[in-house]
Amino acid sequence: MPKRGGFFLVCTRPQTRLWLLVAAGTILMPFISGCGSHYVLLHPAGPVARRELDLTVYAAVTMAVIVAFVIALLILTLIRYRDRPNNPHAYTPEWHDHRLMESLWLIIPAVVLAAVAIPTVKTTYALARLPKGSHPLVIDVTSLNWKWMFEYPDQHIATVNYIEIPTRRPVLFELTADSPMNAFWIPELGGMEYTMSGRVLPLWLEADRQGLFWGRSAQFSGIDFEKMLFHVRAVSTPSFNAWTAHIRHSKPAMTLDTYHRLLRFNTVGVEEYSSYPRSAFPSTTHGFGLSGGMYPVMSNHPQKN
Amino acid sequence: MSFMAVYLFYLYMIHTLFPENVRQPTELGADVMIIGAGIIIVSVLTRYKKWRWLWSEWLTTVDHKKIGVLYLISALAMLFRGGVDALMLRTNLALPNIQPIGANEYNEVFTTHGTIMIFFMAMPFIFALFNAVVPLMIGARDVAFPRLNAISYWLFAFGALLLNISFVLGGSPNAGWTAYAPFTERAFTPGVGENYYFMSLLIAGIGTTMTGINFLVTIIRMRAPGMTFMRMPLFVWTTLTTSALIIFAFPPLTVALALTLIDRLFHASFFTLGHGGMPMMYVNLFWLFGHPEVYIVVMPAFGIFSEVVATFSGKQLFGYTAMVLSVVAIMLFAYGTWVHHFFTMGAGPSVNVFFGLSTMLIAIPTGVKIFNWIFTMWGGRIRMTVAMLYQIAFIPTFAIGGATGVMFAVVPVDYQLHNGYFLIAHFHNVLIGGTLFGLLSGMHYWWPKMFGFSLNERLGKFAFWLFFIGFWITFTPQYMLGFEGMTRRLYTYPLGYGWHMLNVISTLGAFTMGAGFVVLVYDIVWSLFKMPRDATGDPWNGRTLEWALPSPVPEYNFARVPVVTSRDMFWWMKRHHATIADQLKPNDIRELELPKNSPVPFILGLGFFIFGFGMVFEWWLLAFLGLAIIIGSLIYTGFDYDEHKQVSAEEIRHIEQSLGRLQG
Ligand code: HEM
Ligand SMILES: [Cu+2]
Repeated sequence: MPKRGGFFLVCTRPQTRLWLLVAAGTILMPFISGCGSHYVLLHPAGPVARRELDLTVYAAVTMAVIVAFVIALLILTLIRYRDRPNNPHAYTPEWHDHRLMESLWLIIPAVVLAAVAIPTVKTTYALARLPKGSHPLVIDVTSLNWKWMFEYPDQHIATVNYIEIPTRRPVLFELTADSPMNAFWIPELGGMEYTMSGRVLPLWLEADRQGLFWGRSAQFSGIDFEKMLFHVRAVSTPSFNAWTAHIRHSKPAMTLDTYHRLLRFNTVGVEEYSSYPRSAFPSTTHGFGLSGGMYPVMSNHPQKN
Repeated sequence: MSFMAVYLFYLYMIHTLFPENVRQPTELGADVMIIGAGIIIVSVLTRYKKWRWLWSEWLTTVDHKKIGVLYLISALAMLFRGGVDALMLRTNLALPNIQPIGANEYNEVFTTHGTIMIFFMAMPFIFALFNAVVPLMIGARDVAFPRLNAISYWLFAFGALLLNISFVLGGSPNAGWTAYAPFTERAFTPGVGENYYFMSLLIAGIGTTMTGINFLVTIIRMRAPGMTFMRMPLFVWTTLTTSALIIFAFPPLTVALALTLIDRLFHASFFTLGHGGMPMMYVNLFWLFGHPEVYIVVMPAFGIFSEVVATFSGKQLFGYTAMVLSVVAIMLFAYGTWVHHFFTMGAGPSVNVFFGLSTMLIAIPTGVKIFNWIFTMWGGRIRMTVAMLYQIAFIPTFAIGGATGVMFAVVPVDYQLHNGYFLIAHFHNVLIGGTLFGLLSGMHYWWPKMFGFSLNERLGKFAFWLFFIGFWITFTPQYMLGFEGMTRRLYTYPLGYGWHMLNVISTLGAFTMGAGFVVLVYDIVWSLFKMPRDATGDPWNGRTLEWALPSPVPEYNFARVPVVTSRDMFWWMKRHHATIADQLKPNDIRELELPKNSPVPFILGLGFFIFGFGMVFEWWLLAFLGLAIIIGSLIYTGFDYDEHKQVSAEEIRHIEQSLGRLQG
């Protein structure tokens, strides 16, 4: 991403630029630090994050219109009706009622909010389901104190604090915890979802360009929560397959002992395992079923009991 | 010398009693300050022989006006404490990887910051203004249950003390103001810290619930003749709706806190990881309280602004009926939106959409109010007093805060922005721009009524500009940090994310607001000594009944309860050249029965404190002692029929005459 000056909202897709320029002047103050790629939310790397960004921009602009109107009206009122000698504007101390205007105040916000509400409903449902006919890569995610454990049930490998995913293929994350709650978040790929013990929550994301992205926990979980960081490398399908094969052949197996070591309250670096004990995924250890049912793919999930 | 000796003794005690707590230099510094201040206060009181005065005039008072003053002093003290916390947090984040305070202390500080600001700053500040003016506005002699009112205050005060003492003794709570289970279970947060949080909020929460009941009953039952519901000032309306919210919102909180405490102290498993516990239920219960709570703290500000804007525009409130309907609508809707705090906990799209839309719905009445405030000014004569400046600053600030709130109601947007700095900026936008600006506006507005002199306008304006500018310098970068992916509750961050620039700016803004607070305190102290007494009782050309009374208001409020014939009754009286004094004939004055001071509320509060302290440390004997005091004082007050004192007509006539409010 080239660095550019101007208003920070300007650095996104060309289609939205015009809208953004309108918004920038009204809601956000002058840009301070250039628009580098560290504005991760403005540089989506996949369809989920992109839809979320589009909706964010749309909602922001819509709200900015009404906020700008309110501010302009306020300024006008202050200029006209300040208490100063010989103010030419009429003083009407008893004027306190106007049916039509009051209905207008009701209608304007209602219309604006309806304009926000409709795409909200659409996008919420759209993002809750995997795209039709897709064959997602499943990754089981467990948050531990203070690390992330990933299991690839189809590839039978496991990793800690690092994953690789193929581009242009949806990834279904099944999230749970063997720790207090955390929130699993890879900003460049899309929004977050909580990890909770005893429940398995689904979240699908997809990368449509190769790259290295960071993810972290967004829910405070204790002293080393700040270090609950992991990296995601999105690569082409052949290199993804090569990577899994490499791990399967050259890395040690995860045993239950290894898992218990991971359960300790500490932080670790990146780890890779050629296999893992099935019971390590807490949904099966504690006997919880998968919640929801929005995901057709779950019925043939290998770990479903 | 003696100071040093006391301090050394204290250190010795701490180390023998709580050996596991390692003391940090910053904590020691704070301890020295707190204990030093305590010693100074005690010696001044002793030196000037003020103990008896303190006890009989303040600690045992049941007069709503004095209780209001007590609340206000406590709230300002807590604003100081919470503000210092905020500066510590911002200092730690100013640059990447600097750590003036470490991870654990940072966690303690953001937890106490949030808890104190919401429960021990905003709530008592609101109750300060309720107590100071609501009975006066409706023409009442007191609140419905004066002794209960005092009990509410002392439960709040001792609850606050219990939380603050954790800082002196070491081991403050460190799980955030939301205290999500299962993190707060013993397995993950051992030690006494979280016990303080649960116990102090339980104690203060009982007081708050009783305040809600008290003001609800007061407004329904104690209005002067002719003060119909649709003639009540808007601040009274918002007090009514706020009280109703309190009554129904605090029970879920109490349940959530009590169950977690039972988990912690008695090894139950309501919210634990295993044994069938359901941590998610805590989150549900917490926000079932938490969302109404945000309206509990902002609705009084709506009421304050409605009074302030009418007075300083010299004009009737525009759209009174719509204003009333919208606060009632907000009150009702406030119960139907709580799930928007956990869209990302997997409730499914249908539930999320429902709560997203209900959240947007609540923005409509809020929008109505904003337009009505502006149109109250339209056609008026706007006087730029400090109270009015806060009002004017509030409108755009709150509009933006509301707009970002609506963005959070858009579920897919929330997925990206939840728990990041955009969220932090949103709720500070509404809490500072709405609640705090409202409370400061109300404080400047009613200060002369409470204390009999105004605050200095010039100093007040200076403080205002520091707050207002500082606010935007602090929080605009935080909105942007949300887009850079910075998550909340991080105690530090590495250089690589590019977060440092905006964080530096934000910290500078925070210190600007800190300077604003210093000027505000200077303003109060300066005005205390230098401002002239307000002889008229009506310094702002007010509209509602409280301004018809002398300042400060005599203990019995109204020598004769007024008959209300109009909205903005005092304004109407002034227009028709009628004053309360005109109406008051010596023969109208009757003997009055007033509530009598009582030591019970203070002792009851102390009992709760001892009980709470015992529970926190699991010193059961102490807890039983506290429980005995609580039950004892409840039984005592149950059989205490000597609750009233008589004030003779002669005495009242004398007071009114000396105030120049009686003819003949
Ligand atoms: C138009 C009005 C408002 C709307 C639509 C709105 C919406 C929201 C939403 C959806 C959230 C949850 C965001 C998340 O956790 O991801 C939120 C958080 C919050 N809001 Fe608002 N809000 C509004 C007004 C207010 C007001 C008036 C206050 C307080 C005075 C307030 C205080 C808060 C607080 C404290 C949080 C965060 C709590 C936490 O996680 O610690 N909001 N708001
Ligand atoms: Cu809410």
